This record gives sequence, structure tokens and C-alpha cells, in this order.
Amino acid sequence: MTETEDKSVEARRGFLRLLGGAIACAATAEAGHVTVAEAGASAALPAVAPPAIPGYDWTKHRWAFGVDATRCIGCLRCVEACKTENDVIGDAHHFRTWVERYVYLEGEETPRVDSHSDPVNIKASGSEREYRFANRYKDANVEKAFFVPKLCNHCTHPACVQVCPTGATYRTDDGVVVIDHKYCIGCQYCVQACPYGARFFNEEKKVTDKCTWCYHRITKGLQPACVEVCPVGARIFGDLRDKQSPVSQFIRNNRTRVLKPETGNAPNVYYVGLDKDVM
Amino acid sequence: MEPVPNIAPFIGYVYPNETVIPWTVLIVVYPYLTGLVAGAFTVSSLYHVFGMQRFKPVAHLALLTSLCCMLIVPVPLLLHLGHPERAFNAMITPHTTSAFAIFGYAAACYVLLLLLENWFVFRPHIVQQAQRTKGVLRLFYRALSLGSDDLTENAMRYDRKWIFALAVIGIPAAHGLHGYVGFVFGSLKSREWWSSDLMPAIFLFSAIISGTALLIVIYVISCRLRKVPVDSPCLKGMGYTLWGFMLFTLLLEGVEFASLVYRGREGTDMILEFVKGPLIVPFVILQFGIGSLIPLLVLTFMIWRGTGGKTLIAGVFASACLVLVAVLMMRWNVVIGGQEIAKTGKGLLTYTPTFLGREGLLAAAGVMAAPFVLLSVMVRLFPPWPQATKAG
Repeated sequence: MTETEDKSVEARRGFLRLLGGAIACAATAEAGHVTVAEAGASAALPAVAPPAIPGYDWTKHRWAFGVDATRCIGCLRCVEACKTENDVIGDAHHFRTWVERYVYLEGEETPRVDSHSDPVNIKASGSEREYRFANRYKDANVEKAFFVPKLCNHCTHPACVQVCPTGATYRTDDGVVVIDHKYCIGCQYCVQACPYGARFFNEEKKVTDKCTWCYHRITKGLQPACVEVCPVGARIFGDLRDKQSPVSQFIRNNRTRVLKPETGNAPNVYYVGLDKDVM
Repeated sequence: MEPVPNIAPFIGYVYPNETVIPWTVLIVVYPYLTGLVAGAFTVSSLYHVFGMQRFKPVAHLALLTSLCCMLIVPVPLLLHLGHPERAFNAMITPHTTSAFAIFGYAAACYVLLLLLENWFVFRPHIVQQAQRTKGVLRLFYRALSLGSDDLTENAMRYDRKWIFALAVIGIPAAHGLHGYVGFVFGSLKSREWWSSDLMPAIFLFSAIISGTALLIVIYVISCRLRKVPVDSPCLKGMGYTLWGFMLFTLLLEGVEFASLVYRGREGTDMILEFVKGPLIVPFVILQFGIGSLIPLLVLTFMIWRGTGGKTLIAGVFASACLVLVAVLMMRWNVVIGGQEIAKTGKGLLTYTPTFLGREGLLAAAGVMAAPFVLLSVMVRLFPPWPQATKAG
């Protein structure tokens, strides 16, 4: 923490030296601890120094997420838990995490893909606040079908952080991409830049929003809400620095892959059981 | 909470969060206005830097038009922001890897440059008016003269030096500003429709043609309103400029589309389905057919036949109007089109703009009209017509 603060203080001083004069001083006073985000997306620092979390040292952890798609049963408890835990807008258009369903029907070359936010599935659940997969293929001959949970990949080289004009979104030292809702200007450039569709605009707060791996929980030693409620252990979370953590073991014991590696974003959600059609 | 605007129906599979379109019609207007700035400035530079005398009748009008558009450019962005009051965060703590962060600085510098150049160009008029007028107007012009009322030949020579220098710096500045707008889209790897190295060049050339076309339209209308004849060599020159740069623009756009299809990377099937389906009218018919091909044919024909007189005016004017529509459609097809092709590569969305509201069609129309309302006031305060001013 100290090292990070030193870095940000140094960056701040450098910036103020550059800008000079009273304007910069006034701006600094108004914005609190203003720092300039350093060049290089992965090295981006928060624009405003984050508050210290008592008893937590972010330099001692490196969080990662695992998804075992072969286990997922599409119950969507994770989606509902996430909405409740993080106070996500309760409709079918804003999700910090979601589940996709891939269904291969006999005689068809490409899978039919939907998520719980599909109008057919929303109609089946009867509400935009409750989610379920409608049994829409019950009369068809299904050759293969599976679910894929999705969430923010907390990339090592996040395109969203790269494009943020203010440094309101940044990658923490423990490997989580977060957004400072008090600093975000709501331009939605990051929403455009994310190749995974993980970001959305929060119309209530007028800022961008996304999964934080429940940062408020993991820094207190708890699991993210979606991991905690998953009844089949399809979601795995832990610390890469701890070789015995669930996620370290998951990565060690499986052949994993990530989504869209060609983007160069270096995602940190590791998947097992994906098919070639998963995007 | 009020209902979420911009919810887009879709076909195929799109990520759940994609069903709300992030960038609306206002972000179509933003690059359109920026393009008009760069284009109008190009025409003024043809006179001020390259000494093309035939553009003298529109040189000052071009500068004023450029300034009026530029002053409105930040408005669509501010209207779009969730927290416009925090807009300066991007300037006080710029995130240097963001293309957007640089916009504040680039735009501010360019506004300053335009203000300076306009001031030098209209200084003789300002000084004369400060002596001739009375009351509030006198105060206004006196304040604007900044205490510099020397109109001797020596002073005018000094002014001309400044105008030349500013016009020279202005060329890379204006074009850089607009090339950068292309970079905002072209540098994103999340959308195949945007991700192209040619995007900055395409934006730049389409900016030049839109600015030239706008000047043609404004010039012809202003001649009508002032009941003076249209300067034929000037209009012909602008027609040539429009024709030449249109060839570049179409070539670049053609090459970009061809290479996208030829490379045939993942998601191209969806893009082709999109172009053949929902994009037929805005892309194929409006942008390329009516907006580009027809004016190109008309201009080619007139250049070939050496058309003059009223036919030339009508032909160039009509072509310019069509080009303005084509470039607006190009901005629409890039900004909105890009978002209608899902990041999944397996679905298409349909954006329907709202009429009212902060990001509705009415607001966008207001923003589009604002530079011209401003211009109509400015030409009264600072007449850009050749006989009214001696500088430059």
C-alpha cells in the first residue's frame, strides 16, 4: 500500500510541476487526492487515491476467477445474488454477470445461443427481476447443450482502462479492475472498448458499472456473491499468490483457456469446458 | 428510476448489456461538426496559405464557419456525458493512454488558434467599427480590438504574417483534430466495424468534403440573400476541390470495406448480413448511391463539359447538399452501425432514437442548427465578404 501511495504521490507531484500555478492547486483541493494516471494501460493508477481498507494489503494478493462450464446447470442463482449484493439495476439490460446457453440441435451447424435476458426467457420468468431459462427446446432433438457463466475478465491489459479519459477506472494492485463512481464522467468509452460486453451504463448513478469480483467482500476474506451461492461449484475464486487456493488448484489441475485471447487483453477468468462456438 | 432510454431490440445473440446502445445520435453529430470545422478550415487555407486567389470570396467566411462549428463541438459531448459537471476531470487528471483525454487539450488549442486567426483577419473591421459605431456596439468592438487600433500598412503587414503563420499551423491542427476523431473509433479492437487503420484517414477526407460542401451551400445561399452574383471561379474551384477529395474519400472507404470483407475474419458474415439488410438504405443507397455516386457523376460531367453560369451553380449546389447528407450518413453508419453489430459476432441490434430527451433527435437537431444560428449572428458582427474587409 505504501509503495503504491508513494508512486501515486510521485505522479501527482510530477503532474503539478507540469501544470503549475493556482489552477492546478485549486483543482487538486477540489478533487481530493488527484493523481495523474501513468502511461501504459496496465500501469494505470487510480485518479483518486482509494481509501485504505483496514487490515488489508493489496500488494499481498493476486485475485483470479475460474469457471467450470461443465458444472453449470443454468440455475441463475449467481445472477440474482449478484444483482442483490451489488444493487445492480433490476431489469434485463444490466448485468455484472450473466449465463449463456448453447444448444446444438440435430441437423443444425451452428448453436442456438441465448441468455436469461432473452425476451423469451424473461417472459417465462414473468419478471425482469427474476431469471430462468425457458424450456424452449423441449420438442426439439438436442444433440449437445451447455451453459457458460460470464463476467468481467479483470484483464491484465484492460482495454477499458486504456481508453478511460480520466483514470476513473483502474486496475488495483491485487488484479481487480474497478471504477471510481465519484470520478467517472459517464462517457461510456469503456463500454465500447470492452470486447466482452461486461460493462454497462448505470442510469441511476449516471456512471459506468461492472463486476468488481465483489471487492468489498474479497478484501474481507469472503467469496464473491456469485461464487458463494453457486450450488454446483461452477464458479471458483481465489488468490494466485496462494498455491493452495481453489483457483490456483483449478488452474493447475485443468487445461484452461480464456475468452478472446486474440484481443491481447490477457483476461483473468479461466475457463474449463468451453466449446469452439463460445464467444 | 425513469425508464432506460435506447433499449435496442435484437436478433441472434447479443451480450445482455449490449441491449442498451451506449452512444446515441449526439455522438453522430459530434464527429460531423468536427469534420465541418476541418473541412471549412481547409478551404480557408487554400487562400491564406496556398495563395489560391479564386477562394478569396469565401476565405473569411470559411474561417468564421469553422469557428462557429468548433464552438459548438463540445456541446454534443457534454450533453451525452452522464456527469457533464465532471468533464474537466479529463483535463485535470488526463489519462494519457486515452484518445478522449487528449480531446480537451486539442480542442482548446484549436479554438484558441481559430479565435486568434479570426481576430487578425477581422481586426481592420473591428477597429473601423470601434470608431464608427455608438453605444453598446462601440464598447463591444472597442473591447474586441484589445487596444490595438493601428491600421497602417506596417501593422497590416504584421497582421498578414500572423494570419499566414496561424493558417499554416492550423492545417495540421485541424486535420490532426479530425484524424484523431477517426482514431477514437478506429483504435477500438472490440468492434470489427470500427477497428481499422484507415479510419482516421477516412474521417479526415470525409471531413474535407463535408466542410467544402458546407461552404458551397452557405456561400450560394448568402449570395442569394445579399443579392450579389455568385463568383463563378470561386464556386468552380470549390466544386473541383469537392470532386478531387471525394475521389480520395470514396477510394479509402472502398478499400476499407473491401479489405474487411476480403480478410473475412470472425464476425464478417454478420457484418455482410448487416450491410445487405438494415444498412441497405443508410449505407448503400444514401451514403454511397445518392450521396456520393450522383454528386460525383454530376461534378465529373460538369468539369468535363466545362459547364458555367446558372447550371454550374445549381449543379455544384445540389452536389454539395447531397455530399452533406452522405457524410452525415457516413457518421451515422460508423457510430450507430458499429453498435448495431453485436460484439458477439452473432447478433444485430436496432437503434431507434428517441425524439425528446437529452439524447433525442430534437436535441441533436438543435446542436446541428446551433453553429448556423451563431454564424448568422457572426456574419452581421464581422462581415466576411471580400469588400467589407481589407486584411488577409
